[in-house]
Amino acid sequence: MPEPMGFFTDTTVCIGCKACEVACKEWNQLPAANGGLGELSGDSYDNTRRLDGIHWRHVRFIEQFKGPYDGRWLMMSDVCKHCVQAGCLEVCPTGAIIRTQFDTVVIQSDVCNGCRACIAACPFGVIDINPVSATAQKCTLCYDRLQVGLEPACSKACPTDSIQFGTITELRARAHKRVDQLRAQGVQAQLYGAEPDGPLGGLNSFYLLVDKPEVYGLPAHPQLPTRTLGRSATLTTASAAVLGLLALVGLRKRRMEEVAADSSGAPPLPPSSHV
Amino acid sequence: MSDTFFSGAPHWTWFIIPYFFVGGLAGGACFLAVVLDWFGGPEDRPVVRTGYYVAATGAILSGLLLTIDLGQPLRFWHMLFQSANFPAIMFKAWSPISFGAWAILLFGLFSVLSALGAMSEEGRLQAPAFRVLHRGALAKIVAGLAGLLGFFVAGYTGVLLSVTNRPIWADSPWLGALFLASGASTGAAALILLAPRRGATEQSLRWLSTFDSRALVVELLVLVLFLVSLGAINRVWLSFWGLLLVVGVVGLGILLPLRLHAQRRPVASAAKLVLVGGFLLRLATMLASEGISRFRVAAGM
Repeated sequence: MPEPMGFFTDTTVCIGCKACEVACKEWNQLPAANGGLGELSGDSYDNTRRLDGIHWRHVRFIEQFKGPYDGRWLMMSDVCKHCVQAGCLEVCPTGAIIRTQFDTVVIQSDVCNGCRACIAACPFGVIDINPVSATAQKCTLCYDRLQVGLEPACSKACPTDSIQFGTITELRARAHKRVDQLRAQGVQAQLYGAEPDGPLGGLNSFYLLVDKPEVYGLPAHPQLPTRTLGRSATLTTASAAVLGLLALVGLRKRRMEEVAADSSGAPPLPPSSHV
Repeated sequence: MSDTFFSGAPHWTWFIIPYFFVGGLAGGACFLAVVLDWFGGPEDRPVVRTGYYVAATGAILSGLLLTIDLGQPLRFWHMLFQSANFPAIMFKAWSPISFGAWAILLFGLFSVLSALGAMSEEGRLQAPAFRVLHRGALAKIVAGLAGLLGFFVAGYTGVLLSVTNRPIWADSPWLGALFLASGASTGAAALILLAPRRGATEQSLRWLSTFDSRALVVELLVLVLFLVSLGAINRVWLSFWGLLLVVGVVGLGILLPLRLHAQRRPVASAAKLVLVGGFLLRLATMLASEGISRFRVAAGM
């Protein structure tokens, strides 16, 4: 059994070149958006905007400008987090979403029927429908390349090693070392998803950030969708019991009224005519 | 900001909203029909039969709506059997959508059997084999299972929404109870409107009207608890969907029918309003959350 594999993305060295987006699209033969016609966001150099069924990598541009000479760009190559406890895998009703021998999470496109439960379950908004296959799709962490000993296309193409691929143990050690280095330089660096006892049991694609996770479009406390299942099912069952009881109480009351009417000799009610 | 605002919208819209409404209505109608079948008198039989017809039609329609909504409709059976290991069962007890797929299938099966029994009772099916479906213990058990599964279908749709990471839906545990109460009230309303054509008696209709009023009160209470549980998330209702929730669902779909029931006005008017309110409840809760993705895209998230 291979060791768990994943990505460590050091956002401080991302230059926003989008080589990872292109490499991902090419290797996975993902179609162009909007029939290949360019669609500009109009307010950012980030024109991909978000991860979806045909964009499995997205270089997020966070433009923090207070004035013409006061600002910074934060850049982050976003991707599926390959959560150790994956919400998508948990809810998938067809068994299309599987955990591989590399501890990554993969959607089998020939099994998925496009019910879209995984889209709503993912706390990061990673998954969406690929309009060509009409099934849910996302990063596979290049499962096909991993099986033949190759590195994923995106990390292979990254010219600054912002995206690093390797075993999770090795990547965590490297990430902690990098955080220490940055902090020594006065940079407020922090890791997101690197801790195995953190949210979702840790993320097999984790990040080094220099601002709050929300700034990068990441939830501060991602959770599994089933967290509400127990409470929701209990309250629904209790409500069913109340409604059932109300129905039976109404029937009992009607019976009592009929018995009272019978004993007083009142005539029975006629068939319906008022509706 | 709630962590649910970082998730993506599943695009459950124009087939799923009618499915939630029809499934709830069919489940509620079936449950009420079973209550009258088990504990009512001979005067309730027209309502019982109508309930089984509504349940069977609604269950079949629900299955069709769900199948059409899939990206790959011909793979609908992947939710029931393991596609690579047929006929091994595909079932996840912790996944409401997996549980629900089986519940709808079985609800459809048992409600159709009960509906065949109702047809036999009315003399529309002459074969003696169908008589066991409206007389005796087997008929009661089949109907009982249909009623339980129907009530399950009415409520699980809300639980399904709660077991996501979407704003509003996952921010409250009350959606299942809310949809169930709405399913019960719309089920009663459907029976009030349809049962008189099959000769429903005044006693049955009055019981339905009384139950409908009580279910509406439960729905209103659960709706208040649902909104209270949302806390700061309630800001999302400062939109057209919030207006629809207040005016359409609470005003037209709950308070006005309650007033009509209290005044003993013609119950058909109240029933029609309840149906409109039940549909608008699903519409508002679904689209208020679905629409948030627009803001997400606009914010580059």
